[in-house]
Amino acid sequence: MNSKYMFSLIAVIVLFLIAFIGAEVAGLKYVFGVIIPYAAIVIFIAGVAYRVLKWASSPVPFRIPSTCGQQKSLPWIKHAALDNPSSKTGVVARMFLEVFLFRSLFRNTKAKMNGGNRLSYSLELWLWLGALAFHYAFLVVLLRHVRFFTEPVPSAIQILAKLDGFLQIGLPGIMLSGFVLLAAVTYLFLRRVTNPQVKYVSLAADFFPLFLIFGIAFTGILMRYVTKIDVVGAKELTLGLVTLHPVVPEGVGGIFYVHLFFVSVLLAYFPFSKLMHLGGIFLSPTRNLPGNSRAVRHVNPWNYPVKVHTYDEYEEEFREKMIEAGLPVEKE
Amino acid sequence: MSDLPKTNELLEKIDQAPPATGWMDTPTTIRKGMYCYASNPKSVEYLSLPNARQWNPLDDDWKLPENWKQIIHEGFKERLEKFRSFKVFMDICVRCGACADKCHFYIGTGDPKNMPVLRAELLRSVYRNDFTAAGKILGKIAGARPLTLDVLKEWWYYFFQCTECRRCSVFCPYGIDTAEITIMGRELLNLIGLNIDWIATPVANCYRTGNHLGIQPHAFKDMLDFFVDDIEDITGVRCEPTYNKKGADILFITPSGDVFADPGTYTCMGYMMLFHFLKEKYGLDVTWSTYASEGGNFGFFTSHETMKRLNSKMYAEAKRLGVKWILGGECGHMWRVINQYMNTMNGPADFLEAPVSPITGTVFENAKATKMVHISEFTADLIKHGKLDLDPSRNDHLRVTFHDSCNPARGMGMLEEPRYVIQNVCKNFYEMPANTIREQTFCCGSGAGLNAGEDMELRMCGGLPRANAVRYVHEQHGVNMLSCVCAIDRAVFPALMEYWVPEVDVTGVTELVANALNLPGQIERTTDLRGEDLPGLEEGDDVE
Repeated sequence: MNSKYMFSLIAVIVLFLIAFIGAEVAGLKYVFGVIIPYAAIVIFIAGVAYRVLKWASSPVPFRIPSTCGQQKSLPWIKHAALDNPSSKTGVVARMFLEVFLFRSLFRNTKAKMNGGNRLSYSLELWLWLGALAFHYAFLVVLLRHVRFFTEPVPSAIQILAKLDGFLQIGLPGIMLSGFVLLAAVTYLFLRRVTNPQVKYVSLAADFFPLFLIFGIAFTGILMRYVTKIDVVGAKELTLGLVTLHPVVPEGVGGIFYVHLFFVSVLLAYFPFSKLMHLGGIFLSPTRNLPGNSRAVRHVNPWNYPVKVHTYDEYEEEFREKMIEAGLPVEKE
Repeated sequence: MSDLPKTNELLEKIDQAPPATGWMDTPTTIRKGMYCYASNPKSVEYLSLPNARQWNPLDDDWKLPENWKQIIHEGFKERLEKFRSFKVFMDICVRCGACADKCHFYIGTGDPKNMPVLRAELLRSVYRNDFTAAGKILGKIAGARPLTLDVLKEWWYYFFQCTECRRCSVFCPYGIDTAEITIMGRELLNLIGLNIDWIATPVANCYRTGNHLGIQPHAFKDMLDFFVDDIEDITGVRCEPTYNKKGADILFITPSGDVFADPGTYTCMGYMMLFHFLKEKYGLDVTWSTYASEGGNFGFFTSHETMKRLNSKMYAEAKRLGVKWILGGECGHMWRVINQYMNTMNGPADFLEAPVSPITGTVFENAKATKMVHISEFTADLIKHGKLDLDPSRNDHLRVTFHDSCNPARGMGMLEEPRYVIQNVCKNFYEMPANTIREQTFCCGSGAGLNAGEDMELRMCGGLPRANAVRYVHEQHGVNMLSCVCAIDRAVFPALMEYWVPEVDVTGVTELVANALNLPGQIERTTDLRGEDLPGLEEGDDVE
């Protein structure tokens, strides 16, 4: 039994019980439907801003990009403009590939020892694929939810929902993204417990968001396809939240409050967790700087003078030997 | 050395299965063969660095200052405020494990604390404990642990089992660079006098005499003069290097390791022959300095400040001598320092000119601010313009592969220039497998100051992936020469090759150039720079 994921699993189960009992049994629907979501949003925005500003408050004293390709040097040598950009445009392109296509993960290899003495490396893209599926499914799910916060629903969102449901199976129609999200989260979890290295380095903080997001996706799917909650009532509540006229409609079930509570917890947890990699990637000095430090001087705001051993001190010590060896000196 | 396990014993020891106990509960034992000796107090004192004293890593008592925890805590805080990289890298790792099997030390030892992610967690765990709310409240479940003497010893052991090669940072989706983590870890350790002697003493030497080996000016000249004789024996041509010459066109700086030990010495002879050729043919005036007689910078492996103190000599000497720009020899971390730090730390170098090759007219735009050009860039440009008189057949007995040194590859991106040069001076060139070269190159296993003798087992473990790739091309293509553009490579690869692939020798790129270079007025050359007989030149196909 792994105490780290048990801790996280139990935490998520406890959160489930808090929301379900709180909304259903204790009738604290206003707390779970209005107060907690508002608080979560405030914590999320303030927390993310605080973290990003805190990172940004530390300067970047040196230009230290990881150069993953040929430098721009002689004109006849082909320059790797994306993997070792020399200009701001190049950096933007590199960051785009990194943020939207997970460029670095796309390089992932697996090292293997064959026959006890031969190393081989093979491309290993499951993590890249799983991560991409997870993030994009999450994004689509998130965007689809805009329909709960807008009236009329923007046409772009309607088109997205149509694309997401292009399979046109079932009633209500299956939205792919929710299931992809669930599958990707499950993969990421299974990878974390079956890959011995990843399992060994994992912390409770690595399992908690996985369980929580699993819970969010699972309750979402449950509401849409199984328990069939009162969608009109749910939208009344969500629209009330964004228009700052919160209402708590009757007839919206406990599972909805669990879903909303999970999302609120995720939002509030976000700024204080590793989920901040979302913001951190943009501030990573090994990726967001051009590799042109020999062409353009980088300034360190805290550069300070240091004690050096000057030429005069050097010559003072070795002058006689230098003269004897016929080396030129400043003072004969 | 006699304690070094045999290759099969070493391979059998590698066990990638993590221990049953969690890493925080698995104690670290400092093991012979895997660590370097503690810094000599005289060297620490010479640099006025803290806590100079005799100490032994195997002793229980490391003779630390009483308030060492406070010093580390404050040092940690200061660095979080000064380096965004450090702060971001402490916060955003998701432990996806993509870095785990990218580290040569992990591949070669199977020790989980050599996975880049765990190496960083050694620091992060203390960071969480000291600087984050979750760590303070939840403690171990949040991945936090207080700094204890055992934790400190673990830091020391593992931050001196990292060569700052950056291979992991290429694969990290957020670009987390373990080199930055190790640099910070070593800075913190140095605050309480926990350096290794293989770094501390070269740094002290370099500060005083201008080079790591402590060669004094007259001896430096003697050593180069000795090469002048050797070159004359082989080519019949007498080079006339100049030293500390004011008003020369170019100041040349290269690692002192190449002045001192084979096979780097042949690369050094190569520089001298190249400069002699350029002087005779085109009147180029290159001078060597005894004050700035070190390209390498072991200060980089100590702290940013120490790096700056040593690096300052390059610009200072260029200014004193009034040269136009600086040319740098083949060295790995030297070029990381020049590329990433020099101009920021010790610039701007307004007293120098933007580098232009007076021979080809090429403007080195990529070096216009730093005003320092790499010898491979310089030579590639000369060859491209047909300015060298080359006879590659003198390298026909060699079947060459090229090792991208970590720093020029991942801290600069100089991948094509040395390849272009090699392919123009020798006919038989074979690349190692794609996942082991260029930006994915594997470290020699002895960089970042770990090239001592007492940690030979560590070096052989760390060098395993590189040696394995060399063995592959040796078996596939009969490769018998491993070329590189790094003086540490030249110093450490002979031992690594002897251990894993004894049939392969080691060379610098400029040695290959000089073998092929026809000097004006030369006699018929019957040996290469090593004095080894050249097989019948006109046949040309007896390399099998």
